[in-house]
Amino acid sequence: MNIAQAPRRDEITLPTRNRSPRRTQDYVTIVLFLLPACILFLLFLVYPIFSSIYYSLYNWSGIGPAVNFVGLDNFKQILTDQVFIKAVGNCLLIVVLSLAIQLPMALAMAIMVGRDLPGRGFFRTIFFMPFVLSEVIAAIIWLSLLSPDPERGFINALLVLIPGVQAQNFLGDINAVMACVFVVLTWKYFGLHMLLYMAGLQNIPREIEEAAQIDGANRWQSIRYVTIPLLRSTIQTTMYLSVLGSLTQFNLIWIMTRGGPVNSSEVMATYMYRYAFIRFQLGYGSAVALVMLAICLIFSVAYLRLNRQSDPLSGI
Amino acid sequence: MAAIDVRKKDAFKKKLPRFFQYLVLSIFTLIVLVPVVIMVFGALKTRGEMFTHPYTPPIPAHWENFAQILTTGSFWRMLGNSLIVMTAATVGVLIACSLAAFVFARMQFRGKELAFNFLTLGLMFPITVAIMPVYLVVRQMQLIDSLLAVILVQTAFGISGNTLILRGFFLSIPVELQDAAAIDGCSTFGFFWRILLPLARPALAAVGALTMIVSWNDLLTPLVLLNRDSLWTLPLGTMQFQGQYSSDLALTAAFVTLSALPAIIFYMFAQRQIVAGLTAGALKG
Repeated sequence: MNIAQAPRRDEITLPTRNRSPRRTQDYVTIVLFLLPACILFLLFLVYPIFSSIYYSLYNWSGIGPAVNFVGLDNFKQILTDQVFIKAVGNCLLIVVLSLAIQLPMALAMAIMVGRDLPGRGFFRTIFFMPFVLSEVIAAIIWLSLLSPDPERGFINALLVLIPGVQAQNFLGDINAVMACVFVVLTWKYFGLHMLLYMAGLQNIPREIEEAAQIDGANRWQSIRYVTIPLLRSTIQTTMYLSVLGSLTQFNLIWIMTRGGPVNSSEVMATYMYRYAFIRFQLGYGSAVALVMLAICLIFSVAYLRLNRQSDPLSGI
Repeated sequence: MAAIDVRKKDAFKKKLPRFFQYLVLSIFTLIVLVPVVIMVFGALKTRGEMFTHPYTPPIPAHWENFAQILTTGSFWRMLGNSLIVMTAATVGVLIACSLAAFVFARMQFRGKELAFNFLTLGLMFPITVAIMPVYLVVRQMQLIDSLLAVILVQTAFGISGNTLILRGFFLSIPVELQDAAAIDGCSTFGFFWRILLPLARPALAAVGALTMIVSWNDLLTPLVLLNRDSLWTLPLGTMQFQGQYSSDLALTAAFVTLSALPAIIFYMFAQRQIVAGLTAGALKG
């Protein structure tokens, strides 16, 4: 009996109901190894999102159980609130400015530094430093730089040196405040993107560019038709990080302007924070969070489909 | 004579772009550094000096602002809280992610692809988007006002990206190694613990360094989950300090400088690991 069955165990390819001890042990390993990650993931990501779908249907201040069912009214109110529309617009403005200015600038700098400019490591270290500082620190530093009083704000101190120019109240000007936020974001994140591009450039074999130049391509042509296409996946990933970061920006704006003046620098995250944690309208706040989540999800799925990537970090 | 002229022109042609490159790089360096330098200058001035000449180098340097902050307990308490949260979250991420990454890189089971795709879905939800739902759950668990909640949430939101990075690294380790270990009688866990993890040390260092930075700089999680000021972490405390002492620019500058210092020191020592964590591709190669 035993002898007759023995060879069967080796036929691994056959689907069999009798699992060998080895396979059972593997299944135990799989379950045990996945357990910590899965519990945390389900408890703090999946479950919260589903429970907030429930709360978003209620008018709930967070005290006692949610009983005041309002259906989709919260969502109706969000999508018709001019302030929220403005917040979405500001997020998109940051997205567009980042993609049109910040990333091309970082790419140009990375290509300019190239592979072997003496001192490239030094410059990389300097440019990347703001990324390591927290957004809190960046915000406070720039808050004082942008101060309207030339004796407190360095930028105005420089401005008033130019004859005929007066000190500007940058963060108090509804037309200038988003530009200022963008400047600070660029100061903080420009180095990150440049670093990613420099790493991407490192992976392109030098011979390919040399071959293009032997074939008569000038410097610009070899960048346009060789370097940039080869950096494609890195560029896509930086675009993904940049868009997602812009859509969910909170810290800088909250510390520098609190979304003001008169909502002119409101973004989705500050809007959500205000309703959920200052006015304590948790039902409405849940609905705002879900709308934000939907916007991020739509963008992510569209990105993955368009680029046929399995995960958004595959370019780095 | 003419030949020398041509050569001179060539040299000039080569040097001009170099000069231009360094010019642009220097301008950017100034833009990056000047804000930080002005803050450090301010931190070393008295309140009076800050009004009379706010931007000049602090000569002689006054260390009173630093002394004032360092002699009150609150700064040290915030530093301690930040250290606890950062260490625990980093250890949590390393354990949870290396275990999960090992399964996804090395084991076979039905629904593996699906489970992995599901886990990487987390990449699309930065903490900002999910903080409101997370707050409700933490409240249900009665964990508001505890550092444990901050640690668990930071760990949970580090799982997707770091599992992805570590899985990429584990995949690059030859399968033959595992077969050889199995033939020698090594169990799956033995292979993971005694062979794979030591080999993956650079990847673990990169993931760890990056997680430390993210945790250290996180404002939103402690802002939402912690009320008691004895639990504040450094970013949260720095924000509150700025709000409270915004009139005393020199003191605020000193606080911000002190709060930036750990990150800068860490950056100087762990730059290679941080960069490797961000450019995960470099690890695979």
